[in-house]
Amino acid sequence: MSSQITPEALIYAFSALGAAVSIGFAALGIGIGQGLAASRAVEGVGRQPEAKGDLLQVMLVGQAVTETTGIFAFIVSIVLLFANPFA
Amino acid sequence: MDIGPQIVIKFDNGIFITNTVCFGIIVAVILIVLALWSTRRMKKVPDGKQVIAEVVVEGVYNMVKATMGPKAINYAPYIGTLFFFVLLSNMLGLFGQRPVTADVNTTFALAAITFVLIQRQALKSYGLIGKMKEMAQPYPFMFPLKIIEQLSFPISLSFRLFGNILGGVIVIEMLLGGLATASEALHLPIPLLDAVIPLPANFFFDVFEPVLQAFIFTMLTMVFITMEIATRDEEH
Repeated sequence: MSSQITPEALIYAFSALGAAVSIGFAALGIGIGQGLAASRAVEGVGRQPEAKGDLLQVMLVGQAVTETTGIFAFIVSIVLLFANPFA
Repeated sequence: MDIGPQIVIKFDNGIFITNTVCFGIIVAVILIVLALWSTRRMKKVPDGKQVIAEVVVEGVYNMVKATMGPKAINYAPYIGTLFFFVLLSNMLGLFGQRPVTADVNTTFALAAITFVLIQRQALKSYGLIGKMKEMAQPYPFMFPLKIIEQLSFPISLSFRLFGNILGGVIVIEMLLGGLATASEALHLPIPLLDAVIPLPANFFFDVFEPVLQAFIFTMLTMVFITMEIATRDEEH
């Protein structure tokens, strides 16, 4: 063990870890949220097949709003990986 | 890996032009030329290119009428332009270029236009005093919160489009890079792996996702402008 862990290496390591944790937990939450929206939409279509177009539209917009938190987490990850403010 | 936009032209005084600007102008010119070409020599009984143009324009007008109500039909040209610009900008990945909307400057500019339109519609509906009153609606101390809410809308709108498209770009680039390495390691005479395997990913990120994101961007724009119209009708 001749090589020493430099402070820069530590910063990079924890940045990568932080990026992974950030996008991972965000994806967990979004997956649950979008799945709930989709399941309710499927129930609605099953009950009222003629309202399929409207339900699809509302579901997509709602899921897009749900996705926002994930996109913010994604941007945090991207900044940590490619435009790291600490290193 | 370099994921940012590339600098194409650099002037002496430090001003530079990125490929985002170049392809943004190219997309705009393509849209203008298509619009001018398809409306040349229009006839009473449409045929050929005029049929397609009429279907597109009518579709946009019907969508705006269905979502925003017949009073807001004046927004249809802006909504249609926004949809097709975002759609074509997102789809540039099909032609091997970096999508214009994978740059936060583009998406934020588009969202800023939407923000201005929303505020303009609010001022038109309520007036300045009425808007202030409406923002202090449940409790007066909510006023700063409402200001933050209004300001956060363009940010979330722009980041949503930007993040989705940039995510697609990164995934495609990683896939292509990995498969190129793999086919090089297998000593294939033709890079077969990275020619065939990414096709489904290309379809998802360069055809399906652009249509969806363009639709969502225009849809949220319409919904938020409509909110400033609809509440006025309830009060009267």
